[in-house]
Amino acid sequence: MLKVSDVVKTFYPGTPNEVRSLRGVSFTMEPGSFTNIIGTNGSGKSTMLNAVAGVFLVDSGQIELSGEDITGWSEHQRARRIGRVFQNPFSGSAPTMTVAENLALAARRGMRRGLGWSLNAALRGEIAERLKSLKMGLENRLDNPIGNLSGGQRQAITLLMATWLKPDLLLLDEHTAALDPRSADQVIRLTHEIVERDRLTTLMVTHSMQQAVSLGDRILMMHKGEIVADLSGAQKGRLRPEDLLGRFDELRRRDQLTPAVGEMLERLYV
Amino acid sequence: MLLLISALIYGLVFALLALGVYISFRIFHFADITADGSFALGGAATTAMLIAGWSPLVSTAVGFLAGMLAGASTGVLHTIFKIHGLLSGILVTTALYSINLRVLGRSNVSLSDAPTLSKFWADLLRRVLGASERHNLFGWMVGVQDLSNLFALTLLVGLLGTVLFLFLKTNLGTAMRAAGDNAQMIRALGASDKILLIFGLALANGLIALSGSLLAQCQEFADVQMGIGMVVWGLASVIIGESLVGSSRFGILIAGTIIGSILFRMMIAIALRCGLNPNDLKLITAVFVFLALVAPRWLKTLKSRFNTDLVGEADHAQGL
Repeated sequence: MLKVSDVVKTFYPGTPNEVRSLRGVSFTMEPGSFTNIIGTNGSGKSTMLNAVAGVFLVDSGQIELSGEDITGWSEHQRARRIGRVFQNPFSGSAPTMTVAENLALAARRGMRRGLGWSLNAALRGEIAERLKSLKMGLENRLDNPIGNLSGGQRQAITLLMATWLKPDLLLLDEHTAALDPRSADQVIRLTHEIVERDRLTTLMVTHSMQQAVSLGDRILMMHKGEIVADLSGAQKGRLRPEDLLGRFDELRRRDQLTPAVGEMLERLYV
Repeated sequence: MLLLISALIYGLVFALLALGVYISFRIFHFADITADGSFALGGAATTAMLIAGWSPLVSTAVGFLAGMLAGASTGVLHTIFKIHGLLSGILVTTALYSINLRVLGRSNVSLSDAPTLSKFWADLLRRVLGASERHNLFGWMVGVQDLSNLFALTLLVGLLGTVLFLFLKTNLGTAMRAAGDNAQMIRALGASDKILLIFGLALANGLIALSGSLLAQCQEFADVQMGIGMVVWGLASVIIGESLVGSSRFGILIAGTIIGSILFRMMIAIALRCGLNPNDLKLITAVFVFLALVAPRWLKTLKSRFNTDLVGEADHAQGL
């Protein structure tokens, strides 16, 4: 279970570049639930995900995972509990190392790394087996440097790496945004399969309204560092991508209004 | 022949330096200037220990450990105190210059009266081959000292190269390579890239200091200035090795780096024999590394320009 309480994060505080990225965000995720975060650019959706992953420490508020307060944990400490897939398909794997070596690293996520061999016959067999389940023919490329694979293939492997050891929480940061449509579909299908099979608690940031309505059981809509809508259950079931786009238009209109009105008043009275 | 033997011996000694530089520059992509300081530190620490009456084995081990400490310091400055990588190395190297002077007591100390590893294995060989001072090696008469250095160093460097290769295949070694390749990825997999870098730089500088320690024992003196230019020297060996083996597999690259070090030493020996002024050595080395770094890019540009020219002509021809 993930519990985020009143999390605040301001970047460059006290400078002209000050950005109040998270202005008191709270939400709770039940075990095995799948939540999507959507929002416009700069709404704080990726910042929210990174706050949970521990990329930076939050200014105030609390983050609890599986009943433990992880607010002060560093990124690599949290990785014991959290699996991550990044937006950039090249971020999740080490390019000059082989496919098998990358997966072997993931097979020890959060565990002690001593002087035992990182790869043995049994692990290689299991790696080939699990790669086969991706149905991408990657089981024949165990010893190729992973940098030689396409973005879609690397993202599929990163997904496999993040979930190799069942994480308490799976974080997906727009993980299909940089892929071509065909690869994106493939990775989304895989995401669905793996999350369903392992009943993973999943938090996904997405730019795609289609993905937001078709995947998962809840949508959090963020705007200017706050959650402005929380849709779940029957409410989410009825949603179409157009409904979400409509809500965004509404937000945008409200934003445009305020400075424009100010300007108008200024012209009239000053 | 003597020239060749001596180049082989020193090529092997410097191969450990090259392996250290390989770890920091190629595995971690970290431009680690500490090498200049830790190389001399290895020589100085071992020499001071030998003069104080410690056994060669212990003294050499202390040299190695001192180098590890220097490397770890650079790693800590960079990761914990967030100082730029190059500057971290410069700071530690600058500090080491004073430390090396303290350790050594003065700028130059002779080891001719102290027991060294080099003398130890020469005695060993004398016991095996008899008391004669010169022996026939493939038709050449070679002194016992050179012969034993050659044997022992080949064995030692081969052994350390193999150990390094095997280490890089362990869980820890694989994590180290991943930390150099993609720090974000290894963090997301639950390992601290900072600690891996600190450990990696410690290992690299341990090897570099061991190289300095062996050099001091083979040439029977240590000098606080013996480390100057060692980064570039090691880098030259790594680059020669890479172009020689033309592979990205680290096992082959380790072998290539060792061979590169020996070849580079031979090239230098031949150039010196042909009348190169020893004072120009560092300049030549720097120019060589410069050329080795930019030549591939130049060739690429030339090639693509040549190709566009051809395409242009073809278009022109078609237009006609």
